[in-house]
Amino acid sequence: MNAHLPILPVLAPFAAAVLLLAMRGLPMATRRWIAVISVLAQIAIAVGLLMAVAEGEILVYRLGDWPAPWGIVLVADPLAAWLMLTTTLLALFAVIHAGDGTDRQGRHFHVLFQMQLFGIAMAFLTGDLFNLFVAFEILLIASYGLLLHGGGAARVRAGLHYVILNLIGSTLFLFAAGLIYASLGTLNMADIARQAGSVGAENLGLARTGGLLLFAVFALKAALLPLFLWLPGAYANTAAPVAALFAIMTKVGAYALLRADTLMFGPDSGALAGLYETWRLPLALATLAAGMIGALAAPNLARLAAWLVIASIGLLLTAFSFGTAGIAAGLYYLPHSTFAAALLFLLAEALRRRRHASADFFTPERDLRRHALWGGLFFFAAVAAAGLPPLSGFLAKFMILRAASGPVWVAVLLAALFGTIALARAGSALFFSTRTVEIPPADAPPVLVDQRPGELPDPPSAPRELTAIIGLAGLILALTFAAGPAAQFTDRIAQQLSTPGSYVHAVLGGER
Amino acid sequence: MEALIALSIGVLTGCGVYLVLRARSFPVVLGLTLMSYAVNLFLFATGRLVIGQPPVIGGGTYTDPLPQALVLTAIVIGFAMTAFVIMLALRARAELGNDHVDGER
Repeated sequence: MNAHLPILPVLAPFAAAVLLLAMRGLPMATRRWIAVISVLAQIAIAVGLLMAVAEGEILVYRLGDWPAPWGIVLVADPLAAWLMLTTTLLALFAVIHAGDGTDRQGRHFHVLFQMQLFGIAMAFLTGDLFNLFVAFEILLIASYGLLLHGGGAARVRAGLHYVILNLIGSTLFLFAAGLIYASLGTLNMADIARQAGSVGAENLGLARTGGLLLFAVFALKAALLPLFLWLPGAYANTAAPVAALFAIMTKVGAYALLRADTLMFGPDSGALAGLYETWRLPLALATLAAGMIGALAAPNLARLAAWLVIASIGLLLTAFSFGTAGIAAGLYYLPHSTFAAALLFLLAEALRRRRHASADFFTPERDLRRHALWGGLFFFAAVAAAGLPPLSGFLAKFMILRAASGPVWVAVLLAALFGTIALARAGSALFFSTRTVEIPPADAPPVLVDQRPGELPDPPSAPRELTAIIGLAGLILALTFAAGPAAQFTDRIAQQLSTPGSYVHAVLGGER
Repeated sequence: MEALIALSIGVLTGCGVYLVLRARSFPVVLGLTLMSYAVNLFLFATGRLVIGQPPVIGGGTYTDPLPQALVLTAIVIGFAMTAFVIMLALRARAELGNDHVDGER
């Protein structure tokens, strides 16, 4: 069993997707249970994987038992296991929330959801560049379906942009993979790292071009400036559980950048070492600034959350630019920012369901029922997203600042200030500026906007919605309380990433 | 032959990029298709161009079989994606009332 552990995170969601597709005649309640049990199983597998690699082991699974670099390998190292755990925990609450009606708005929601998890797991675990392309295609085509789930003009318009841009991205990925194969003669990521050290002068230009094209592709997935304009429309218009799950999608791009940066173009890669260094930090800081400007201008909570996703990618890649300590801080920030973004998307949906006239737009509306609950949850989410004490966002930012150098401090702190302002503005508009309007006389013409005083009614039932929201908040709390062990673990991951020789040795064997 | 292949890839990519930058969804889909043709040809060339040689290991020179496998995968995926984007473009035409990629006239 242990020998097959690295492939289980890939197989479990795939099996669930096939099962759900084959049994689409089952009642919705049964399908929901299958989906939730599948995600619970994936969490158990991710925990098992994390425990198996906790001491820095690198598990290599050779598909078809072909030795690398000829066959495709799955590589479960602590980084992959850490991200798998983040993904599956996020997916649990997204799928619980989807059970509150979203999955009835169109067909095959749960099938697409599991396929999405399948693609993400494969992207994290694969040790082969072309297989990474295939994983991206799987997670993208599932994401196209999820993004458009439920339909509507706004979703279709944003979806068209998303699909076209990602198809162009896929073409670029193929060009990049082709260039790397043409210059280095291999697509196995560990072998690329080994060959890069001895690349001849005649192929160096090709290899550098391929590597930088890869940077462009991963930057598109991660929504790095200037390739981020597709994100706000796509994330703000899609269904809430989908947007919550998509909070990890940009992190897949960030993961690919980190992997390429530390392994393929890592310190042992000779002339190709540090290929991304010129671009990473300036673009990350610009993305952070753009995200915060967008957040300040956002008209509603879902769009605010989408802009904060962009800002969080900027901060994450800023952290990744500061060596081992920065990577460790970034890897602690990654799950936190994912959970916080997902929490904001789910809260935006909760407000959309409860504020009939103005949805999650920052306009006055009648008082919410149970406003203390929703206001409190929003306050928690805002503190988490802005990175204020006492939650994990603050700890993450503290670690990032400790790793970062002088001028970057100013940028990160200014961004935090703008984020706080944007979220404070959102909270006061959503919860404090309630509308107090006289009851219009009975013979008055009907108004389009609901202006009756008093409280808004609750939607029929929302236990799943609340479970998902409180669950995500609980994850952030857990990350805060477990900050010590978590930071130790991410530190160990970063140490391991700084010496790619161990990865190369685990995959290819041989010297070192 | 090298010049011909290089020229084909260049022209296909150029036409593809030009069409993708158009504002209507049909030229954009055509542009995506041309770009995927270009990348398929390009992947073929990454194994270096060889004529009349056996694949895998022969004596001395041989045709690199790996790019052919990559091209096959890329064709299948590109085909599925093209079909999907055509359906989506039709859906956008129906929902938004016109074929502009931004949904405006």
